[in-house]
Amino acid sequence: MTILFYIAAIIAIISTIMVITRTNVIHALLYMVVSLLATAVMFFLIGAPFIAALEIMIYAGAITVLFVFVVMMLNLGEEAVKQEKQWLSFSGWIFPAFLSLILLLEVIFIISSSGSVPISGKVIDPKLVGQSLFTTYLIGVELSAILLLAGIIGAYHLARRKKKVVHRFLELEGAEE
Amino acid sequence: MEPILKLFTDLLPGLSQLPYWLLATLAALIAALVLFGFIAVFALFAIWLERKISAHMQDRLGPMEVGGWHGWAQTIADTLKLLMKEDIIPEKADRILFKLAPMIVFSVSIASFVVLPWSRDFIPADLNVGLLYILSISSLAVIGILMGGWASNNKWSLYGAMRSVAQIVSYEIPISLSLITVILITGTLSMQGIVQSQQGNFLSWNIFHYFPFMFVAFVIYFIASLAEVNRTPFDLPEAESELVAGFHTEYSGMRFAFFFLAEYANMFIVSAIAATAFLGGWLPPFSFLDFIPGPFWFFGKALFLVFVQMWLRWTLPRLRVDQLMYTSWKVLTPFSFVLILIVSFWQLLTL
Repeated sequence: MTILFYIAAIIAIISTIMVITRTNVIHALLYMVVSLLATAVMFFLIGAPFIAALEIMIYAGAITVLFVFVVMMLNLGEEAVKQEKQWLSFSGWIFPAFLSLILLLEVIFIISSSGSVPISGKVIDPKLVGQSLFTTYLIGVELSAILLLAGIIGAYHLARRKKKVVHRFLELEGAEE
Repeated sequence: MEPILKLFTDLLPGLSQLPYWLLATLAALIAALVLFGFIAVFALFAIWLERKISAHMQDRLGPMEVGGWHGWAQTIADTLKLLMKEDIIPEKADRILFKLAPMIVFSVSIASFVVLPWSRDFIPADLNVGLLYILSISSLAVIGILMGGWASNNKWSLYGAMRSVAQIVSYEIPISLSLITVILITGTLSMQGIVQSQQGNFLSWNIFHYFPFMFVAFVIYFIASLAEVNRTPFDLPEAESELVAGFHTEYSGMRFAFFFLAEYANMFIVSAIAATAFLGGWLPPFSFLDFIPGPFWFFGKALFLVFVQMWLRWTLPRLRVDQLMYTSWKVLTPFSFVLILIVSFWQLLTL
């Protein structure tokens, strides 16, 4: 179990690095899918199959697909790749990398000082997830529902089209499609 | 994994001395090969069936020559032809993605077979999130389709892929919502658990539960699953009169055959999910028919739904793009939300 976990973790890290370094946007996004899949495998291994399935469905299956969709529509060519290469210059990434390194050291220090817990392999079934969502985390669920409602209303408002067709003979007002 | 491992160690007792990881890998490889064989044979049969059905619906005979009896070997001959065709990759294509796309689409449909319950004892892996697993795995096929469409560097491929993805992503919502009604009734996501909660004769199947609401849920699932596997009347991604052949325009030979295999495997998978969730899976319609083994009923129900898919294909004309989106967002999705409300209220009242 532990070996499988580390394999998945290494794949996740490598593919995430590839997401950052690829100059072709589509390739970068596909590496992101791999990274999300590896994360899902990790969730599966530590006994959270429900979260793993949701991770694949929502992140890999829906959100990344929307990204890929938009990027493909933009039809980025050689120009975009050149620009990406320019942005990936040494002087561009050295300072952020240095700051992240400090954070990484801090994280390593915290993890190593708190001691590690072995993977128990105990599976948390969906029923338990549902129970804790609707008791302990009820406020969170309701707040996110309100947020989603706001999102739906916003999307509806943006997508609604009120067009005024002016014609010599007929006038259509507020025609919706 | 355990049922398969048990099957292997029962057949060959010597195997149980191997270390667990080696045994598991071996068993998984062999199971995958068997599965591949099953999918290939099923696709050969289904393509032949589709030709015959389309022919008989149009008052023709269909393939009659190859193999003797009603041209049963026609698809085998076609497969050999596909195998021997030249493998063409367009010069401006993104070669790696172009080669990867059919593999991803096909492996995704193989992966869905993991949680299909064939009988009381035989299910490759009875995950406790079985239904959710299938939904999540099948949403990955979208990425393969997009890769294939984009990597071909062809406008028709790209537009076909986009239509396909827009369609699959929007029809995933009614599919998931109509399956939620099933989960509300059975109270479990495990495929085996869903089947076992429908014990009894055919009136206790989920489709007749809370009549007629679950029947409506079944119809919604079935319509949405047609769109999910790009079948007529929702085959806009492959609309040959406008898009040549959709996302696999540039594919030839074996790579094209893999897209085709995946399509027929997906037809079987969505029918098998419908059979499990609504039609009692491997349960017989009457309890005195118990002596016939489960796989027969499971396969028979799934095959019947596959037949209905073909029947619809040769009966209905293709929808327009706006009608397609209208059906998903303004008809199926609200109706399945209403069904969820009704089913949960009914359950609350009859507690």
